[in-house]
Amino acid sequence: MTIDHAHDTHHHEEGFFKKYFWSTDHKMIAKQYLFTGMFMGLMGGFFAYALRMQQAFPGKTVPLYGVVTPTLYNALATNHGTIMIFWFAMPVLIAAFGNYLIPLMIGVDDMVFPRINRLSYQVFLLSAIVLIASFFVPGGAFGGAWTAYPPLSANANYNLTPWGASLWLVAVALEFVAFLLGGINFITTFMNSRAPGMKMFDIPMVLWTIIIASILFMASVGPLIAGAIMLLFDQTMSIGFFDPAKGGDPVLWQHLFWFFGHPEVYVVLLPAMGIVAEVITVFARKKLFGYKTVFYTMVGTGALSFVVWAHHQFIAGIDPRMANLFTITTVLISIPIAEMCFVYIATLYKASIEFSTAMLFALAFLAEFFIGGVTGIFLGASGSDIYFHDTYFVVAHFHYTFVPIAIIGVMAGLYFWYPKMFGRMMDEKLGKIHFWGTVISFNCIFIPLFYTGAAGDQRRIYNYQNFPHTNTEFLSDLRTFATISMVSMLLFQIPFLYNFFVSMKKGKVAGKNPWKSNTLEWVADSPPPHGNFKELPEVYRPPYEYSVPGRAQDYWPQNEKA
Amino acid sequence: MMEQIITQASSYAAQIDNVIHLIAAIVGVWLAVAFYVFFSFIFKYTRKRHPKAAYITGETHEDGKWVHRAHFVVIACDVVILVFAAMAWHHVKQQLPPAEATIRIVGQQWAWKFTDPGLDNQLDTVDDINTIDELHVKVNTVYHFKLEAKDVLHSFSVPVFRLKQDAIPGRVITGWFKPTKTGEYDIQCAEMCGIGHGVMAAKIVVETPEAHAAWLEQHKSQNITQNIKTKNLKKLAINK
Ligand SMILES: [Cu+2]
Ligand SMILES: [Cu+2]
Repeated sequence: MTIDHAHDTHHHEEGFFKKYFWSTDHKMIAKQYLFTGMFMGLMGGFFAYALRMQQAFPGKTVPLYGVVTPTLYNALATNHGTIMIFWFAMPVLIAAFGNYLIPLMIGVDDMVFPRINRLSYQVFLLSAIVLIASFFVPGGAFGGAWTAYPPLSANANYNLTPWGASLWLVAVALEFVAFLLGGINFITTFMNSRAPGMKMFDIPMVLWTIIIASILFMASVGPLIAGAIMLLFDQTMSIGFFDPAKGGDPVLWQHLFWFFGHPEVYVVLLPAMGIVAEVITVFARKKLFGYKTVFYTMVGTGALSFVVWAHHQFIAGIDPRMANLFTITTVLISIPIAEMCFVYIATLYKASIEFSTAMLFALAFLAEFFIGGVTGIFLGASGSDIYFHDTYFVVAHFHYTFVPIAIIGVMAGLYFWYPKMFGRMMDEKLGKIHFWGTVISFNCIFIPLFYTGAAGDQRRIYNYQNFPHTNTEFLSDLRTFATISMVSMLLFQIPFLYNFFVSMKKGKVAGKNPWKSNTLEWVADSPPPHGNFKELPEVYRPPYEYSVPGRAQDYWPQNEKA
Repeated sequence: MMEQIITQASSYAAQIDNVIHLIAAIVGVWLAVAFYVFFSFIFKYTRKRHPKAAYITGETHEDGKWVHRAHFVVIACDVVILVFAAMAWHHVKQQLPPAEATIRIVGQQWAWKFTDPGLDNQLDTVDDINTIDELHVKVNTVYHFKLEAKDVLHSFSVPVFRLKQDAIPGRVITGWFKPTKTGEYDIQCAEMCGIGHGVMAAKIVVETPEAHAAWLEQHKSQNITQNIKTKNLKKLAINK
């Protein structure tokens, strides 16, 4: 049987197209998502570059871009947000890592619905193409913010982007379809085809987080898909679901959007927390502190995240009494989140830490996320949100959650699983340059923006010279400093990209288990062949048995019999 | 802290700032403790200094103690924050003190239109004074505002007042403020409202009763009908 399988994979040499575009292999689909996501992420980064340059040097020609007019500024800001969440964070964190890791870590040969999986990526690719196309239609891309509040988004007379607005909406809806298909596949695979012996609490935390995230996504996105269709009707047929002149209500959209939008934060947060759990346990040679506690806090956070959405709408004209309710639920989220942070810190207690690049990113995730977490309280508390709402304080806060999630967390995962994905090691020296450059630049961007926000800078303003009070020299200097740091952060991705692509050919050969890790993906060859395992593994123990007393080795793979 | 960053010019600005200070103090302590523990572990338990890691499951009662105890403190802090936040919210947004004057504010693409009740202190009478992008108010006077939007969402924001309220087409939202410091301050639009969102600036002039009376007198007979559209086109052209 062993030999047969190996023979099998060598026999069917697929053509280029079939191998790279029509594959049903979960690992190839993961890479498709990864590369598409990385490409879109670079595009989103470039948009941020153009709009930050306009803020620092208003009206000047931006190198590599050109002049940023108010219309373009809005389109860039809108699509920067949309891309970074829907076309970068989600595809990389959930689709790429989920597709790659789920079958390998539960010890099976593929997903249970490989063709649905392929379709999921194809729909996703289509959605990306539609979004990019929206920049080239008459009127240009949609610029009504990533939240797309009507009536602005519903009526071309107001947004002046008759095509852009609809294409944006269609792209987002298609992206949701892709992730619904992917989610069905993930959950089914996870529930039905784990390796023999793998019980619920033997599953590595990262898989739990991806599965909980998929469930959160699927449970929250329904209302927004309905909302998107209603908005599309408003745009194309002037039905007026959100038009007060026709008896509609614009605030309804906000409820539908944020009912999804808040859980979405946890849809991307949880997988990042999961990745970090895998990385810190391996490089600390420690068992994850309180596996079940982590699990329950993740479920608790997920559940709570469904009842906090109106904290985005405190001052949006909802009944002011409602704000009290949503302040309570929002502040309550600090309980499971704080618990998670404590548990991760506790995992480092009496550890034996090796500062590999992956570990540095994982630790930086925690440190930065602490800041992102606590600054959220200023916004979740109704009284202080009156002032901070829609200021740069909000921008700085959520970048202190999303950058750790989508960049720092993702990097921890990429440096960690790269040897498995490509069979070779990445260069640690370049990795450390990348790490310090990225993390220092990141803090230099957003710490000044907390201040400008507190001083009154409101969001989505292309030129603060129009507002005398925020047009001071000091605030302008802070904005310029943030911009320079932003450019520096982008430039520090060059060593990463170089390292990433060159190491595929030139890196040191990794071998099966370079980090001496316990989980099942490290049992397979690097990179794993079609079908993953020569012999499907069996599981005898939980995933984080590191430094078990009385054993010569400080790790104990899940599949090792005794 | 906040008053050094941005002036407090309304009766409730200090209360909102105090909520901000309170949260800053509480989360500041938490952040400091978390960072201290986190970094001291990182420095102490390196591979070099601590080659053999301990085996701790974190599932036993004894292990969990530290995490759970910290938890009760988190809950206590939450309650304190909630109480003060809700009190500020109630004061600013829920309980409106009786009005000494009522104005109308209308947001539209891309200008703010203000209606002062005029000498009779009554809205919708002949002596109402309409202004665009400039609002004149008396210091130490409780104002109610009737906030409307003509086309899309806007948000009436006066940072020095710590006041922000979205304007929604089809609704009239009533709110209040009491200016406490004379001067000229920015009014912003804090909700994305289209390509002119970045130029939707206005100014609020808080003046003494005498100065306000003089302003009223001066504008009494003046019929202000400015063409908003042309004005905005001009503004956009300048800022391009
Ligand atoms: Cu939220
Ligand atoms: Cu606006």
